[in-house]
Amino acid sequence: MAVTTRISGIGGGGQPTTRTVAPDLRAQKSWRRTKSGIMQWLMGASIVVALLPVIFVVITVIGKGASSVFTGFPKFLTAAIPNQERKIGPGMGPAVVGTLLITALATAIAVPLGILGAVYLHEYGGRSPFAKVVRFLSNVMTGVPSIVMGLFIYVIFTLNFGYSGLGGALALAFLMLPIIIRSVEVMLKLVPTSLREASYALGTSKSRTVLTVVLPSALPGVISGCLLAVARAAGETAPLLFTIFTVNQTNRNVFSGANTTLSRQIFSNALSSLSGAQGRAWGAALTLLAIAFLFTIIARIASARFSAKR
Amino acid sequence: MAITTAPKMNRRPTPADSTFRYMCLGAGVLVLIVLGLITYTMTTKSWDAFSHMGLSFFTDKRWDIANQHYGALSYIFGTLYSATIAILLAIPLSLGIALFTTQVAPLWLKRPITYLIDLLAVVPSVVWGLWGALVLAAPIRTFFNHIHDIFKRVPVLGTIFGAAQGKSFSTAGIILAVMIIPIITSLSREVMETVPPTDREGALALGATRWEMIKGTVLPHSRTGIIGAVMLGLGRAMGETIAAALVIGGAAQISSNAFASGDSLPAVIANQWSEADTLQKSALIGLAMTLFAMTLIVNLVANSVVNRSERRRAI
Repeated sequence: MAVTTRISGIGGGGQPTTRTVAPDLRAQKSWRRTKSGIMQWLMGASIVVALLPVIFVVITVIGKGASSVFTGFPKFLTAAIPNQERKIGPGMGPAVVGTLLITALATAIAVPLGILGAVYLHEYGGRSPFAKVVRFLSNVMTGVPSIVMGLFIYVIFTLNFGYSGLGGALALAFLMLPIIIRSVEVMLKLVPTSLREASYALGTSKSRTVLTVVLPSALPGVISGCLLAVARAAGETAPLLFTIFTVNQTNRNVFSGANTTLSRQIFSNALSSLSGAQGRAWGAALTLLAIAFLFTIIARIASARFSAKR
Repeated sequence: MAITTAPKMNRRPTPADSTFRYMCLGAGVLVLIVLGLITYTMTTKSWDAFSHMGLSFFTDKRWDIANQHYGALSYIFGTLYSATIAILLAIPLSLGIALFTTQVAPLWLKRPITYLIDLLAVVPSVVWGLWGALVLAAPIRTFFNHIHDIFKRVPVLGTIFGAAQGKSFSTAGIILAVMIIPIITSLSREVMETVPPTDREGALALGATRWEMIKGTVLPHSRTGIIGAVMLGLGRAMGETIAAALVIGGAAQISSNAFASGDSLPAVIANQWSEADTLQKSALIGLAMTLFAMTLIVNLVANSVVNRSERRRAI
């Protein structure tokens, strides 16, 4: 009982509080316990509250999209988009092709640049003032709204070269770039310095050390970071509004001519009140969600193997 | 060679070596170039609209396409209002989740929770928007109207919780909140994990309950980091386009009614671009420039705050 008297005045983590007189202990004690229990219960509940929307969305998208996607499978994924919105039925073929091509091109641009940028920051720049500026601004660039990036590419690229998948890919690549730089730099930090020193001791040049020792040992983590960026880019819509326009026929040439993606189709069909268009929107949403989840799961497996190896 | 004891290699780098070095440097510089070019091109392209409207571009709330009168104030307001609602909803939930994962949950539960919360970030914004517009809008209007009925006679709250629309500031706020919860959660979780175990154990050993321990050690220690995380979330919420464009309602008005339809900067750009003439396009790029400036300020402050808290932790 004497012990409880002394501790009842402490609520501020060891800092002396002004409450020095200990009030009735037994009542206080039980209230403090209850309060702690309530707060912990609320924390647990906030997880449930945050997960409810995502559960709803996934169930709705599967419920409404499955019938569009799986009726006459895989016709939905290959057939052209009907020219009339009110027409009921497939498909989203051009959008599937566009999504895959544009995302792949964006990845091909962003991943090498992002890895090089991260290598500069961690292996060359380190704590130098310039590297600090680059690191800071790269983090700031993560926060550039996607629509601003889209308009930027519209101004410097699309105005000169016209609508094309490449324009969209450029916008997505610049959105992915800072994400990749950041995640790869974190992975490079995990590579032990002793590996680099061992390589230098063998007389290997710095570039060879980075390319043959550092990057391979960080590879699973790098892949995981890149895949998460890809999953984000595949679902982006806003920058594509200005850079790829939209078409109803498949355009396999990603370097010229208007194109379309699943996300772009969902956006325009969501504004429609016609059930045919809405049905295709849900089907496209299911396809897009499946792509995004697939990339995320692969990324998780890669990073789980990476951390298991550590 | 006499320099045999040198710890670092002292020979001249080979051409391949310096080429690689400059490639890396180039990729780093690219970040600066892109940010610089965004600022430059957006300013020049929106100059027509700015010179046409003058300062009233920012202070006028009338956006009248037919008369070529472009005032952005109601959109700036809508952006800030919906983002504020999002932040107010996201803060308690994110902190709750982060505290639960770092302080309460048993070890085996931490990773599954983290993965599940990250799922919120996997769902593309256009899918959130589609769901918000076609599924959520109708039932949430009924729900908002219930709140309106409760508060309508209360002086201030009566105007905030006014008559409801399905697509409104609050609908957008809810969707945006869900979208920024993962980033706020993961950043606050990271700072909370750096609380020294001795602090926490000391508090518990002194007889503090778990909540008192959190209030006394974890929250004060991670306050700066949490503020940074929240500001980064705010920047995201302001810049989010497609979800907002689909659920905010598309009405240019300044209203304290959180349940009224409104419009936000990115939503207007997305919705009006395809039918815009030259001057209107310039005005829309002006909106983008405004949005870029707003998010840039928020992000600059947020990143400095985060950096400062990281430095303090390093000491």
